[in-house]
Amino acid sequence: MPFKRYVEIGRVALVNYGKEYGRLVVIVDVIDQNRALVDAPDMVRGQMNFKRLSLTDIKIDIPRVPKKKTLIDAMEAADVKNKWENSSWGRKLIVQKRRAALNDFDRFKVMLAKIKRGGAIRQELAKLKKASSA
Amino acid sequence: MAPKKVRTASRNPCLIPGIGKFSRSKMYHKRGIWAIKAKHGGSFPKHDPKPAPAATAAVKPTKFYPADDVKMPIPNRRKPKPTKLRASITPGTVLILLAGRFMGKRVVFLKQLPSGLLLVTGPFKVNGVPLRRVNQAYVIATSTKVDISGVNTDKFDDKYFTKEKKKKTIKGEGEFFENEKEETKALPQDKKDDQKYVDTPLIKAIEAVQDLKAYLGARFSLRSGMKPHELVF
Repeated sequence: MPFKRYVEIGRVALVNYGKEYGRLVVIVDVIDQNRALVDAPDMVRGQMNFKRLSLTDIKIDIPRVPKKKTLIDAMEAADVKNKWENSSWGRKLIVQKRRAALNDFDRFKVMLAKIKRGGAIRQELAKLKKASSA
Repeated sequence: MAPKKVRTASRNPCLIPGIGKFSRSKMYHKRGIWAIKAKHGGSFPKHDPKPAPAATAAVKPTKFYPADDVKMPIPNRRKPKPTKLRASITPGTVLILLAGRFMGKRVVFLKQLPSGLLLVTGPFKVNGVPLRRVNQAYVIATSTKVDISGVNTDKFDDKYFTKEKKKKTIKGEGEFFENEKEETKALPQDKKDDQKYVDTPLIKAIEAVQDLKAYLGARFSLRSGMKPHELVF
């Protein structure tokens, strides 16, 4: 089982620890064995330990340490935002955020909706069972 | 002419606390006392002296003086304010009661009474909680609000909720047990009418929002996996 996601210039990663937790950043240069220079469109470029980064499948085409404008243009060209939001990992994170922000009333409505859905599923199942046994 | 702004800073800048930059005579000139005097014909305008209070009738010296000088305690002029209401609690907020008979019930907040307690109602038809006082500390405020504009809560205050004092009658031994059965009284009709008077516009506002009536009828409870410090209410 070889590695599929490599640390390389242009690799998009998710920060999984620290002040920038949950942010998508681009690896813009490698400093040494443990650290990378990372950058994002709305962030000051800075160093980060690889242990704080989770690599994603997305890679963009940039030269080493690009200007901010070049970085932003490259990200738009590769459509990183949409690729991320449509990936299963990205969608899971979005759902987690929505669930965490639910109001007490919203949680109640979700409960009612789940019960209704379950009831509909059980009705269909009963119909199918009846049809197959008949 | 634009209205004149009242000067708030002193004209005498402070060099060191207690020592100003300008002397008395310089300040006299800066404040323009000379100009005010000139405007009013040579003297600074004064109020007329108040008439001296009429001499009170001579108080007869008392015959009795206490043996020791007893210190009089300073009268307490402190008036307690009602408890500061949390910013999240506004009229119409849905609250979750955390203790007492109605633990877990979701109720509608009406107003804060002068004692600091919160006036709250179920509404009664929806979840069985009547007009009731509740302490802010035993309440979680949710961010759900109900439209309370149709409700008039002016007649309710702390005196409305105090227990009526029972008239003490000297009872013989045998009568003790008989009387205890009469303790439980039926709720007076005017309290029931007050409940209806508050609840009818409230229920109309509640039925306008989908699922809100069922929400208020259900009790809140923590399930597995719910972390109260991470929940958004």
